[in-house]
Amino acid sequence: MADPFLSIQHVRKSFGATTVVEDFNLDVERGEFVSFLGPSGCGKTTVLRMVAGFEEPSAGKIVVGGKDITRLKPNQRNVGMVFQAYALFPNLTVAQNIGFGLKVAGMSKADIDVRVAEMLGIIKLPQMADRYPYQLSGGQQQRIALARAIAPKPKLLLLDEPLSALDAKVRVSLREEIRSIQKKLGITTIFVTHDQEEALSISDRIAVMYGGKAEQVGTPFEIYNRPATKFVANFVGTLNVLEGTVTDAASGKVRVNSEEVLLKGKLNGSKSGDTLSLALRPEAISLGRQPGRDSSLSGEISEVHFLGSVIRVRVGIGGNTVSLDTFNSPATPPPAVGEKAEISFSSSDMLVLH
Amino acid sequence: MKAGRFWSWVVFALGAAYFFIPLIATVEFSMRMRRGVYSFDAYKVVLGDARFQATFGYSVLAAIFTIILGVLIVVPAAYWIRLRLPQLRPVVEFITLLPLVIPAIVIVFGYIRMYGSNSPLPFLATDTGTNALLVIGYATLALPYMYRAVDTGLRTIDVRTLTEAAQILGAGWGTIITRVILPNVLIAVLSGAFLTFAIVIGEFTMASLLNRPAFGPYLQNIGANRAYEPAALAIIAFAITWGCMSLIQILSRFAPKSANRPN
Ligand SMILES: Nc1ncnc2c1ncn2[C@@H]1O[C@H](COP(=O)(O)OP(=O)(O)OP(=O)(O)O)[C@@H](O)[C@H]1O
Ligand SMILES: [Mg+2]
Repeated sequence: MADPFLSIQHVRKSFGATTVVEDFNLDVERGEFVSFLGPSGCGKTTVLRMVAGFEEPSAGKIVVGGKDITRLKPNQRNVGMVFQAYALFPNLTVAQNIGFGLKVAGMSKADIDVRVAEMLGIIKLPQMADRYPYQLSGGQQQRIALARAIAPKPKLLLLDEPLSALDAKVRVSLREEIRSIQKKLGITTIFVTHDQEEALSISDRIAVMYGGKAEQVGTPFEIYNRPATKFVANFVGTLNVLEGTVTDAASGKVRVNSEEVLLKGKLNGSKSGDTLSLALRPEAISLGRQPGRDSSLSGEISEVHFLGSVIRVRVGIGGNTVSLDTFNSPATPPPAVGEKAEISFSSSDMLVLH
Repeated sequence: MKAGRFWSWVVFALGAAYFFIPLIATVEFSMRMRRGVYSFDAYKVVLGDARFQATFGYSVLAAIFTIILGVLIVVPAAYWIRLRLPQLRPVVEFITLLPLVIPAIVIVFGYIRMYGSNSPLPFLATDTGTNALLVIGYATLALPYMYRAVDTGLRTIDVRTLTEAAQILGAGWGTIITRVILPNVLIAVLSGAFLTFAIVIGEFTMASLLNRPAFGPYLQNIGANRAYEPAALAIIAFAITWGCMSLIQILSRFAPKSANRPN
């Protein structure tokens, strides 16, 4: 990335004695869609509010398009923002809400009307211009809020958990709509969420945050398949964790419940006798020996949940339980609790959590 | 449940009687100026009295200035406290309640001592100064009502998020207050204004001790010296107050509805 459009550099934020954001760094390319993902209280909103100008960083710098905006007031930044609580102006109609930023910028009435109509078309609510916010559903209000934010053609679009107040179905359809509008307009976007599925499904890249720091920044594929830290591995997706002991560090042999698996080149620096946490995604495990899977462990089936197209099976292996999904096949009945079973996987899919 | 219903009606009837009997008696008495028949003579006398017109006009003017002063002080203050200094709210609420606890007479004596003609701030040396002082005093008396009305209005909107939404769209403070905050609390401000009006119109202590030609002292003067006119005046004053209250009710129908309903 030679020339990032938005660059957040060594930003720190303290409220009194407590530091809530620490040495936060992120470069975002023009037109990119980046999500901040993390548990409640990890500082996502705080970073976003510093980009918007509502909070001033205690240290560090925020650069947009080559210009340092760290000390600029929010109304001088030309940034669009969508809030979790909709925040439409209750005394203004939908059209007046969308036109608010344009009017403040001094655009003529005729030009405002044209732009508002265009925005209403983009969010697919052309017939709503004269309604008041209280006459709209939550999903409609949030689309209007999106239209209001992008109407003045901001350099950056910031969304702080815009979908969390909506019900599940609307949430999914609106997130896809946000993504497609963002792509169409090519607007650089930061999207805050604590919903991993949301982040994984619509982002170009994700910054996983924890304790005020960016633990890992990467594409959804990287974040999910190659988590850089234990926290990322645990926070994103479901993980099966197995305890293992290194028996031969040189050849990569690890003992798990009296059986051995070979983890070549994954032990970086562990010595023989060390205990390790080994993790596997449910989808990397199959029941029974399968061609192409180089490792296996034996155990006993402890739970079976028939969910329709998938069957979720939990297998006890020594003191650990591993959960995996198999597809339902009408010809074979599901495994029974108490049966002996073998699970197989590729050692390359195994994550070693340090 | 029948007994409970019965007793609640009894209590309601007693309350209504307590309220309406003196009122009806006053109305009835005010119409007996002409011997033997009911007439509006007392009202004619009162409304035709030049002093009534002068003092009423004076008090209306004082009320208008009081409302302007109150709005200019209370709206920005209440807004700022909600936005930036929420920890100060209990303190400010307590301060705004003080005028209810401290008798007006104490305030006036304080004024007379502090702003006398040979004090550094001789408000009382001129007529205009005294009028200004009266308006300031009235604004203090109306503060509990004005502040509460505006604060309640602000509570119905998400002040902080709306302010931020406007800011990020490029608005400055002037635009935010006039286009976002004020329109959403206008009804609350108006109800505060009508309460202020009702208080100022009948106020006696301050006007009398500052020797202002206001409606309150006139009411008192007539009350002490006449028979039927005070009853007519009381009814007129009552009608004005109730008119104000009804206007508040009517206006509150037009309040912008809150959009943040859960779905
Ligand atoms: N104005 C403030 N004063 C003091 N502490 C604050 C302030 N704003 C935020 N914090 C603290 O900073 C931390 C991070 O808050 P932030 O709102 O950024 O979290 P978040 O990641 O957005 O969480 P959520 O998912 O719950 O919205 C929290 O512990 C919060 O208590
Ligand atoms: Mg947040």
